[in-house]
Amino acid sequence: MTEDDLDRNRRHFLTVATVTTGVIGAGLVAIPFISSLKPSARAQALGAPVEVPIGSMQPGELVRVIWRGKLVFVLRRTEAMLARLPEGLDNLRDPDSTEYADHQPDYAANDTRSVRPEYLVVEGSCTHLGCAPLEDFEVRPAEGWGGGFFCPCHGSRFDLAGRVYKGVPAPSNLRVPPHRFVRDDLILIGQDTGAA
Amino acid sequence: MINVKRVASVLALGACFAASQGFAAGGATHLEPAELEPGNVASLQRGARNFMNYCSGCHSAQYVRYNTIGKHLDLSEEQLIDNLMFNAEKTFETIQSAMPAEDAERWYGTAPPDLSLMARARGSDYVYNFLKGFYVSEESPTGVNNVVLPGTSMPHVLWELQGYQTAHFEHDENEDGSVTTTFEGFEQLSAGSMDAEDYDEFVRDTVNFLAYIAEPVRSDRRKLGVWVLMFLIFFFILATQLKKAIWKDVT
Amino acid sequence: MSRIEAEVGKPQGGFMKWIDDRFPFTKTMEKHVTKYYASKNFNWWYVFGVLAMVVLVIQLVTGIFLTMNYKPAAADAFASVEYIMRDVEWGWLIRYMHSTGASFFFIVVYLHMFRAMLYGSYKKPRELIWLIGMMIFFVLMAEGFAGYLLPWGQMSYWGAQVIISLFGAIPVVGDALVEIIRGDYSISDITLNRFFALHVIVLPLALIGLIFVHIVALHEVGSNNPDGIEIKKNKGPDGLPFHPHHTSKDLVGIIVFLMIFSAVVFFAPEMGGLFLEHANFEPANMTATPAHIAPVWYYTPYYAILRAVPDKLWGFILFAMAVVLPVFLPWLDRCRVRSIRYRGWMYKTALSVFVVTFIMLGWLGLQAATPTYVTLARIFSVLYFAFFLLMPFYTAMDKTKPVPDRVVYHD
Repeated sequence: MTEDDLDRNRRHFLTVATVTTGVIGAGLVAIPFISSLKPSARAQALGAPVEVPIGSMQPGELVRVIWRGKLVFVLRRTEAMLARLPEGLDNLRDPDSTEYADHQPDYAANDTRSVRPEYLVVEGSCTHLGCAPLEDFEVRPAEGWGGGFFCPCHGSRFDLAGRVYKGVPAPSNLRVPPHRFVRDDLILIGQDTGAA
Repeated sequence: MINVKRVASVLALGACFAASQGFAAGGATHLEPAELEPGNVASLQRGARNFMNYCSGCHSAQYVRYNTIGKHLDLSEEQLIDNLMFNAEKTFETIQSAMPAEDAERWYGTAPPDLSLMARARGSDYVYNFLKGFYVSEESPTGVNNVVLPGTSMPHVLWELQGYQTAHFEHDENEDGSVTTTFEGFEQLSAGSMDAEDYDEFVRDTVNFLAYIAEPVRSDRRKLGVWVLMFLIFFFILATQLKKAIWKDVT
Repeated sequence: MSRIEAEVGKPQGGFMKWIDDRFPFTKTMEKHVTKYYASKNFNWWYVFGVLAMVVLVIQLVTGIFLTMNYKPAAADAFASVEYIMRDVEWGWLIRYMHSTGASFFFIVVYLHMFRAMLYGSYKKPRELIWLIGMMIFFVLMAEGFAGYLLPWGQMSYWGAQVIISLFGAIPVVGDALVEIIRGDYSISDITLNRFFALHVIVLPLALIGLIFVHIVALHEVGSNNPDGIEIKKNKGPDGLPFHPHHTSKDLVGIIVFLMIFSAVVFFAPEMGGLFLEHANFEPANMTATPAHIAPVWYYTPYYAILRAVPDKLWGFILFAMAVVLPVFLPWLDRCRVRSIRYRGWMYKTALSVFVVTFIMLGWLGLQAATPTYVTLARIFSVLYFAFFLLMPFYTAMDKTKPVPDRVVYHD
């Protein structure tokens, strides 16, 4: 190896080493800036789980709460409502809640889409384009309507477990947010059942 | 021969150094240094307890969240809730005072200021001397005045701990008839539950806590700085070698 | 020739050819970056131009991320800064980088300007570069001033109050001008909002435009060097292509700068109250003026001159003259020689005195205006103006040394 060759090799090595270090440095510098885009402590505080006292809820009563800026329905279903749930499953697009697994936590992937059958907890956001559905609990057998939710924007319909009907614009069931029963008279929305 | 560059560099450095020194309160009172230990977690915990028990009744720390304190002071959620959170339920909440703002202004003439940044705005030494600087004064509606902030509306909240003291002033008449008043010292009137040394530590812990909440990220920032500088030194060595290699044949 | 250096005129294959057939990319890169020739004897005074660009990038990037969380309303501004410092992840670092960057921008720019005074970089044919540079300096001063109002602290409010009131000293139009600047009858939420627009959009755009033109003008005539001689005739032996020689050297300078910058950001962001003034940790209070109002350190030399004059209008006039006078350096300086290396003792003495004067005025501007300090400020103000106004005489009389044909290079 001539001295020139040695020089050239050294220079090549140093160039690669320096450029690599620079790129790594640039990557490290990028981390704080990208991280700053994450929800801040204030967002996390404002997005904290919401308590919903249910002790004085009547059967058939619907309570509306806001969690993380989203509307959430808490519906205390009557015995009659629960009895009607298994009827008309043929009219539903996804009666077993299997098509969209992320629309409900595991503990709500059941026939009543809830932790306890009596209480339905769903996001009040139509899965079509996000309008707030209206409650429509009147039973109209002639129409084959056992009660549920009706979205005024484009006519989507959901049953008393938030499951979407066939033939409407909405593609999926209403989402069930993470929630758990702190006590018999208190639901906490924003925390999973089974979480600490 | 005059080397302008050398003169410029030395003077610039000197000016920076000199300027960065002289920023203690150049006011009427000499301020005793607080000599805080920012890394002393036990002191900070005591200071947090002191703050919540004696200060938060009137003073908020509206930019400080309980869970931040918990994180840096090694306190669990239960410890926070049991010992520090009096009028807050969730640990993500900020420290609010119990006193409604309009009432505060009515009672004291001015609302007690928020203390989140007091240690940064006035300096730790100022706050330390302020808390030790109350003395009996008959003219004052609260019965006390303060050598660090004459005419303060704040009562001597810690009187049970420190007791009461009087302040001695020397009054010198000047040529033009005006009077210069110099503070000479304190004299203990009645004892409190703490002796001077214990009270000093109490105040020091509290000021330590105030200095901490003024910038909770301080210790993390300094730790990270060490790593950043180490990386840059490594990068510097590589870059210098590369530069020399590239310039080797330049004549 | 190392494998790093591209051979001149080498045809680019594939993707680059597609681009170059439609856009003068390689041509521009070579002419203005990689193959731009600059003297081989640059010393470290020549790194401050690049460092100014680095600081500009730092300010732009950190500034963008700050505007994502900052609220430009009087009721929210102060709290939003604390929100950034405490609640936004890494917000404290972005804020400190921006506040430190502001001070370092002026440190770098002052040293960059001083280089021009050392080596005559403002002399023919580079007068236009100097003029554009002075315009950049004025825009930078406005940018810093507008930015300082944004945290809405005590010093923000009262510093702005004092400086904006200054313009009231202008006869006839003064009061109307002050009202137009403020947008209100006193500094208010309205002023804050428009200063936000100035600081975030108007002045940065002006700055970027001026810097572009500054570099175009520089490249038209080529860089000066510490010996003050033109290298165009001897480009080969006296000049070096920008890449890799000056890029590798500037990288070292940039890293040293980043080390100093990081040391401040991580260990002393307040710099004893110089970079982040203590009074600004209190929210603006219209009823209580802080005991000691001072502008941020980089304006204090001019502030000291303003305060030294016992008349409001003349204080303003001399303050403005002090800022503007350096514009005329290319024409005040009558010496035929560019670089201080070959000038006589008169200029060297004058420049040394100027350096001391500028620093002393800066220091005095930070102090309370006691009678002794005001007297000192007056003496140094006279020296400041003397440096410029007497320059046509002492530079003409100065005995110069013979200037070499070729640059002086030491390993």
